[in-house]
Formats: sequence, structure tokens, C-alpha cells
Amino acid sequence: MTIFKLACAALVLGTITAVIMLIPNWNGPGASTAAGPIDTLLDVMIVISSYVFMIVMVPLAYALWRWRAKPGDESDGEPIHGNTRLEIAWTAIPTIIVLSAAIYSWIVLEDIEAAEDPLPIEVTAQQYAWSFSYPEEGKVAEELHVPVGQQIALELRTLDVIHSFWVPEWRIKRDLVRQAGTPSADIDDDVVVTPTEEGTFTLVCTELCGYGHATMRANVVVESEEDYEAWLAEQEDIEEPTEGAASAGADATSGEEPPADLGALESEEQ
Amino acid sequence: MELFQTEQTGYPHLVVPGITAPLGFLVGIGCFDYWFRWAAGKPTLPEDHSQHGAKTWKDYFRFNTDHKVIGIQYIVTTMFFFLVGGLLAMLIRAELAEPGTQLVDANLYNGLFSSHAALMIFTFIIPVFAGIANYVLPLMIGAPDMAFPRLNALSFWMLPMAGLLFMVSFIVPGGAFDAGWTGYAPLSTGAPLGQSFFNLGVQFAGASSIATALNFLVTIITMRAPGMTFWRMPLLVWANLSTSLLVVAATPFIAGAQFMVLLDRVLGTNFFQAALGGDVLSYQHIFWFYSHPAVYIMILPGFGIISEVISTHARKPIFGYRLMALALIGIVVLSYTVWAHHMFVSGMFSWLRVPMMITTLLIAVPTGIKVFSWLGTLFYGVIHTKSTAMLFSIGFLVTFVIGGISGVMLGMVPIDIHVSDTYFIVAHIHFVLFGGSVFTVFAGLYHWFPKMTGRMYDERLGRVHFYLTLVGMLGTFVPMHWIGMQGMPRRVADYAVQFSSWNLVITIASFLLGLAQLVFLYNMYVSWRYGPKAAANPWRAKTIEWQVSSPPPVFNFPDIPRVVGGPYEFGVPGARHVIMPGEEAEVARPAPARAEAESGGQAPAGAQ
Ligand code: HEM
Ligand SMILES: [Cu+2]
Ligand SMILES: [Cu+2]
Repeated sequence: MTIFKLACAALVLGTITAVIMLIPNWNGPGASTAAGPIDTLLDVMIVISSYVFMIVMVPLAYALWRWRAKPGDESDGEPIHGNTRLEIAWTAIPTIIVLSAAIYSWIVLEDIEAAEDPLPIEVTAQQYAWSFSYPEEGKVAEELHVPVGQQIALELRTLDVIHSFWVPEWRIKRDLVRQAGTPSADIDDDVVVTPTEEGTFTLVCTELCGYGHATMRANVVVESEEDYEAWLAEQEDIEEPTEGAASAGADATSGEEPPADLGALESEEQ
Repeated sequence: MELFQTEQTGYPHLVVPGITAPLGFLVGIGCFDYWFRWAAGKPTLPEDHSQHGAKTWKDYFRFNTDHKVIGIQYIVTTMFFFLVGGLLAMLIRAELAEPGTQLVDANLYNGLFSSHAALMIFTFIIPVFAGIANYVLPLMIGAPDMAFPRLNALSFWMLPMAGLLFMVSFIVPGGAFDAGWTGYAPLSTGAPLGQSFFNLGVQFAGASSIATALNFLVTIITMRAPGMTFWRMPLLVWANLSTSLLVVAATPFIAGAQFMVLLDRVLGTNFFQAALGGDVLSYQHIFWFYSHPAVYIMILPGFGIISEVISTHARKPIFGYRLMALALIGIVVLSYTVWAHHMFVSGMFSWLRVPMMITTLLIAVPTGIKVFSWLGTLFYGVIHTKSTAMLFSIGFLVTFVIGGISGVMLGMVPIDIHVSDTYFIVAHIHFVLFGGSVFTVFAGLYHWFPKMTGRMYDERLGRVHFYLTLVGMLGTFVPMHWIGMQGMPRRVADYAVQFSSWNLVITIASFLLGLAQLVFLYNMYVSWRYGPKAAANPWRAKTIEWQVSSPPPVFNFPDIPRVVGGPYEFGVPGARHVIMPGEEAEVARPAPARAEAESGGQAPAGAQ
């Protein structure tokens, strides 16, 4: 009943691994409605993966211990060429597992991307700076401020190369590909997010965009509706309200020099 | 919007020599002599075999059409690029040891990781497998040489050209190419001159692999010894057949992508200039349509090596041989359908994400079949755990499974949205490329070292190399998962201080990893010169290359061998794979290629 014992060992060790692996908060603190479903999906995957890992490692370790060659042993192993039932099993079972995982991921994806009357904000990137404009209020800013609990729709534009918008706590990332001022060329440049925690976060550029890439960051402030309104009132007006972000972004920042060393930069979350 | 092309991207007076100088070199060393004579209507030189074999080490620096010489040329050259790429990696890690800028500025840093990746991928991993297969595969199928020996030599000589172009880019105005090995437009179309050297280097490396792949395909399909049916081919041959199918169909896409970038840069075309009607995302689609299959180009030959090594050093027939071969074909087919999983956050049309996620996750199934079959092969074997080749295969099983698991996680769109373009990706790549591909390269090099050099290597040093490499590898790449998920993006010269302690750990481990490779180089060099003479078949393997002397005679076989059974008939009484010329044909009945029916009951699952 070796197989049975190995299976039990794999289950036990898989459980232990899963429990240990679930202790750290892998994705870090979450601060949007997307964080919950994504982190749960990740946890489920960690559990499944722990078992998969042990289902390979336990038999591997056992085989190495049980059938290691003694010095000078020149004999051959048993001439086993295969086992059709076993081979069907290890084709079919993984197929079922990955297909279920795909369906689950699909559900999570639909969930985190569902839009309900979001507040539009235009995000414009250029080497190596960010700017934000609030078309409904006619304002532009160099920091992203958003009211807590309100779904926002980020419209992503770039003035030069590709950049990428990532706020780790929001679990949201999307490249900025569409050239400001050009018509949509089938580029999905809209991403929705609903911040749930107040605080200051860091917007990180994750697409290599040149020598200032590492330091291309901006502050993201999630605050109460009143603080947000007050802050917005102090911001500059958009110059040509119709043309929007392109020109506003261009003069909102100089965009030439990358900010100073990140060495001094500390995530407020730590 | 302004044009991105600036005067610094053009430089026709440097780009044109960048193309012609390597071609001139290839002409100069005689790569094209035969074709020139043929085209000029002069009598072509009959194959006089004067270009076969290598008598002194100097012969390895000449144009040579012997597949064994070319194999060695490939392996040594790619190992050189491995070394250069590794040194660049050490520099990268040194800069990242602490936050802030210490050794290199951001520009040079971007050049360092770009050329590190380009050298490792295009001039080490992909061609080193071509080198190993060049040496071993014709012997394995009982062929006297590759199908097109001159083309084979040409393929090799294009490779140093590619590496040279990558390395030279460090000294051109504006510095090395710095848009990453993925060279996304429009960053690459507006980059300084060095980027053109990347575009050109990729052409030479790509042409080299396409030519080699064609050569392998024709060799495998038409030059197998009598009796070697497809179902009697060793899995290394199956693996190279699958890889070659990927290369011939996919590599033209990266060639096209790089040409389009070059044209945008030098001739002012607008393939990728959005403001002028170009389509930025099309670069990524074309690039990944090659580069996802390319990740399998970088691992399938390794799968073949692992099958040979595990079967031989565990003295067992491969478990589920046919399913192993079919899994390779399954991976080939599926890998053309998953490219956009690299673009989940790229802003491509969102409906494409779910279908691509499903195919991506499905690719884990044939990959899993291979892992389980290797496990099945180990069961009831006689496992030589002291052999370095076997150790690297076992290490490969552990690290590759981890890399596969992180791959499945990346394949799930919601998880990928969070970790894409972070250090998590760096961890995944290196688990599959270092823990995967590089481990299989080491396994293969140790396994066939006696055959290639006629000498034995030092097994003790081999084990030291393995354990140091394993520890260094885990220490370097395990923590990267964590810092990536916690918020550290990839391709950055500088990072927030919250990541500094892990980065220091990673840097220290990576230096251990680098040092471990010195043990390997020392072992290889000293053993090649002074090692004890190797017997023809030190591992008592069944495949044909082990049935000839070590190193093999210049023309491989005095006469064509005859294949009479499967390649892994360990422990089957009286079974033979091959009857070598000169052996009495007293060996009677070919063993059944697959004795599954009789032996199924003894399989580990007998316990069902
Ligand atoms: C179980 C099998 C695998 C799966 C499901 C998988 C999945 C993925 C996914 C989804 C990505 C993209 C992540 C992103 O860019 O956001 C990725 C990246 C990558 N994978 Fe895999 N992978 C697998 C095996 C491999 C193998 C065998 C190799 C090579 C030997 C490999 C090499 C790479 C490389 C080089 C990248 C990074 C490309 C870049 O620079 O962006 N993967 N993988
Ligand atoms: Cu960037
Ligand atoms: Cu891929």
C-alpha cells in the first residue's frame, strides 16, 4: 500500500505547506474592492499549488530514498513501460483542475471590472511624470485624489512611450498606450477601481519607459468626499475643456527630469 | 505629436556596416564558397571531407562542416556568452544591493539588463540546445552527419555575429540598447543607435536558429537509420523535432518585428507611430507570437535531455513513452494559441483575455504529463543519485515545478493584473529559465561530456557545482516572488527602501550562484585536458551514440546501424535498441517497442 501511504504523506505535507504559505499577506495591504476577490483567488491557488507541489515532491523524495543505487550496483530497474490508467488519470485530473481555475478566474475578472456609474478621471503619462484631469469639474492636478468608496474610471493616455499605471494596494494595473489626441485604435484604455481605504498610496510606473522609469511615481490620495471636494476646488482649471488631457498634461509638468533618488522614498504603508 | 525618430536613431553610415560587416566576415571565412562557385557555374568542390574532424584546438576556430565539431563550437561559444551575460547580471545585482545609485547610472543600468537578457536568450539558451543536439542527434539516429553540413556551419557562424553586435552596442554613441529584450515600440523606435544593433543581432541569431531548425527537421525526417520508426526515436529526438517545428514557424515573426522597428528608425516608416496612423500594440502581438513559442523553444530540448538522463541514470524505460512524445506535440500546438497572456494588462481588446487564459492554463496539462512521467520513470528504478547529470535532473524537477506553478498563477488574469511587470515575473522567468533550461543544459553537458571529449569529468566537483548552484539559485530567485507581489516593479535601477533587505539577500545569493559556475568551468577545463580516458559507454546507455567510441570516429559509423527496438529497454531481458555494424546479427527478435500490456500490472499504480 505504498501508493496509499505516499498519498497520505502528500496530503499532510500539502496541508502543512498550505497553512504556512497562507500566513504572509502576499499581495500586501489591499485598499480597493478588487483586492478582496483577487487575494482570495490567490489564496485558493496557493492552497491548490501546495498540494500539487507535494504530490510531485513526496513521490520524488520517496523514490530517491527507496530506489537509490548502492555503490557499485550495476543492475537495471524493473522494465515498466507505462500504465494506461495512470496516464489517463494524470491527463484528465489536471485538465479539470485548470479548467475550474479558469472559470473561477473569469468570474473574479467580471466581478472586479463591473462598472457602475463611475467618476471619470483622465490619467496622462509622459516621460517621467504623471498628470490627472477631472473633466467633470474641469480641473487638472499632479496628484491623484479620489473620494473613498466612489467608483472611478481611469482613462489612460500617454504623450510618448508606453507607461503602466499600478497602485499595488488597489491591485489594478493597465498600460497607457493610447496617444492623447488620437482616435481609439481598439485599445482598451479604461479601467475602473473603487478605493475602499483612505490614505496616501504610491502610483508606480511598471512599463519600462526610459532612464527615469524607476522613479516615475506619483502620490495617490484617497480621502473623504469633503476633503476631496475641498482639494479639487484649489486645483488649476483645465485650459481648453474640450481637448482635455493632452495639452493639460503637457504643461502640468515639465516631464524632462526624472525625480530624485528613490532611496529616500518610503511607502507610506510601511 | 512630435516624431520620435530623432537624428540619433538613424545613423545609416553605421547601420549599413552593421549589416554588411558580419556578412562580409561570413563570406571571408568561406561560409558561402560552395554556393558562389555553384552560382558562377564553376565546378563545385565535391565533398572531400577535408573539413571533417578537428585535429587540434585551432581547428575549432575554422569553418568546419562536421556536426561534432560544430556542436563543440556551438557549446563553447554559447558558454562564453553565458559567462558574459552572467557578469552583466552580477553588475546588475551589485547595483541593486542597496537602494540609490552606486555603480551605474540609470541609462547604463537599462543597457545592462537589456543586453543581459538578449545575450542569455538569443545567444545562450536557444543555441546551446542547438549545439548539444548538433553533436548528439545525428549519432542518436544513426546518421553520418546533419542533412545540410554547410548550412549547419553557416548557422553556427552567424551566432558569434549576433553576440558581437549585442556587445558592441555598449561602445556606440548613446550606449547599449536599453528597451529590454522585448524592445517594445515606441520606446525602441525612438531609442539611440544601440537599439539598431539589437534589431540586427536578433536577425543573425534568428536566421541561425531557423537554418538549424530546418536542418534538424530534414535530418530527423529523412536520415534515421533503418528500423528507427518514429515510435523508436529517443525523446531527445522528439524534443528537437517539436522545437524545430516551433522555430521555423515562429522565429520569422520576431525577425519581422525587429525589421519593422529598424525601418521605423532608419527609414522613417510609421509601423508603430500612433500619431501617424501606426499601431503601437501590433508590435507586442507580433513579438509575442514569436516569443511565447520561444519560451518553449527554450525548454523543449531540455525536456528531451532530462528524459535521456533520467532513463539512463535510473536504469528504467521512460514511463509512458508515447504520451511523452504526444505531450511535446500538444505543447507545440497549444503554444501558438497563448501569446496574448503576456498582454493581459497591455490594453489590448479585453475579450481576448479569457480565451488566452484558458489555453494558457491548458498548457500546464501536457507539461504536467511530462513531470509525472519522469516521476513514474524513477519509481522501481536503480537511481544513481551520485551522478551529477542525475542530480541536475532532480534539481530541475523541483525548480521547474515551482516555475510551472507560478506560471499557472500568472496565467490567471486577475492575479496577473497585480503581478505583471513586477519582480514576480522576474522570479517566474528565472525559475523556468535557470531552474528549468539551464539545469537541463548542465545535465546534458555532464551526461555527454565523456562522449564529446573522450574524458571523464570529476564527479565530486560536479556535485559541488550542483549543490552550490541549487542553493544560489533558490536564494536568488525565491525572494523575488515576495518583493514583486509587495510592490517592486521590474526593470528598475532604484527601488523603495522597504525592499532593501531582501535585495541585499538576493545580491549575496546571486554572487554565490555566479561563483558556483567557476567550479563548473574549472571542472570542464581540467577534465577535458587531464581527465581519465572515458569508455565508449560509461553510463551503459542504450541509445546509438553510446555504441561508438568516445569521442566518436570522424564519420560516426563505418556502416549504417540497424535499429531493432525502443531506445530505453532497460531491464528487458534480451532487448536491444540497435545492432551496430559488425555485430553478429545473431540478435533475433526485436523487442516490442512497448511492453505495456505485460508490465502494466507491476506499475506503481498496481496498488490501485
Ligand atoms: C506551466 C507553464 C507556464 C505558464 C502557464 C506560463 C505563464 C506565463 C505568463 C502568463 C507570463 C506572462 C506574465 C506577464 O507578463 O504578466 C509568463 C512570462 C514569462 N514566461 Fe512563462 N509560463 C510557463 C512556462 C514557462 C517556460 C517553460 C518558460 C521558459 C523556459 C517561460 C518563460 C517565460 C518568460 C521568459 C516570461 C517573461 C517574458 C517577459 O519578459 O515579459 N515560461 N509566463
Ligand atoms: Cu516607466
Ligand atoms: Cu508565454
